[in-house]
Amino acid sequence: MDDTLRVVLTALSLLVALVALVYVVRDRSADRFLVGLVGVLFVGTLAQLVYGVSRLPDAEHDVHKVVFVLYLLGLVAVPPLAAWWARGEPSRAGAAVVVVAGLLVPFLLLRLDTLWSGGA
Amino acid sequence: MPESVQRRSGWGRVLIAVYAVFAVAATGRSSYQLIAQASEAPFPYALSALAAVVYVAATQGLAHEGDTWRNVAWAACGTELVGVLVVGTLSLADRDLFPDDTVWSAYGAGYGFFPLVLPFAGLAWLWRTRASG
Repeated sequence: MDDTLRVVLTALSLLVALVALVYVVRDRSADRFLVGLVGVLFVGTLAQLVYGVSRLPDAEHDVHKVVFVLYLLGLVAVPPLAAWWARGEPSRAGAAVVVVAGLLVPFLLLRLDTLWSGGA
Repeated sequence: MPESVQRRSGWGRVLIAVYAVFAVAATGRSSYQLIAQASEAPFPYALSALAAVVYVAATQGLAHEGDTWRNVAWAACGTELVGVLVVGTLSLADRDLFPDDTVWSAYGAGYGFFPLVLPFAGLAWLWRTRASG
């Protein structure tokens, strides 16, 4: 599997986490700009989903395909759920929710890579 | 502010988010283990299922209003603390008992020790947001 998208998405996600962390430090709640960034991240995860599924026919035999797709779906679910949960909180804890999501996405991408290599 | 509203606002919101991640992850992992590999390592996989139930209950208990849900959260976080300490210790003391890892093996080292920290955070949050008087 081509790593470019995964690397770009990891960098983008860490950037979102970093921006959200700045919000937390400066005591700001998750505003439209931060949620917009999460929206961009969502588009990226959608791209990863489409790409991942499109590569499934090429997968080696020992790739757990069902688990792989479940991880892809989980990945896509993270940004919208984080945006919804963050916007419902008027304090900086809302931005902290985005930090969690921004760190979770790279972890899921790492798991996807492991699964693709035939790991469990 | 009523106690029940406090529980899922502020930092409780972050706590619930992290618990939700563990609930989904543990449920997914344990479902897969039980469906695909149940006979390979029944003891760890049963523990994985228990952990999944505990994380789901803790998430629900923290996120929902009312005394009943708060009690659910207390019970879940308490079970979680006992679970991670007992399983963590057993997994290091008797490796034969654990042919495959659970989320609580080695005190959750495989998950950045989050499983060890979470119950303390959960119980502390429940204590902080308890009804006064």
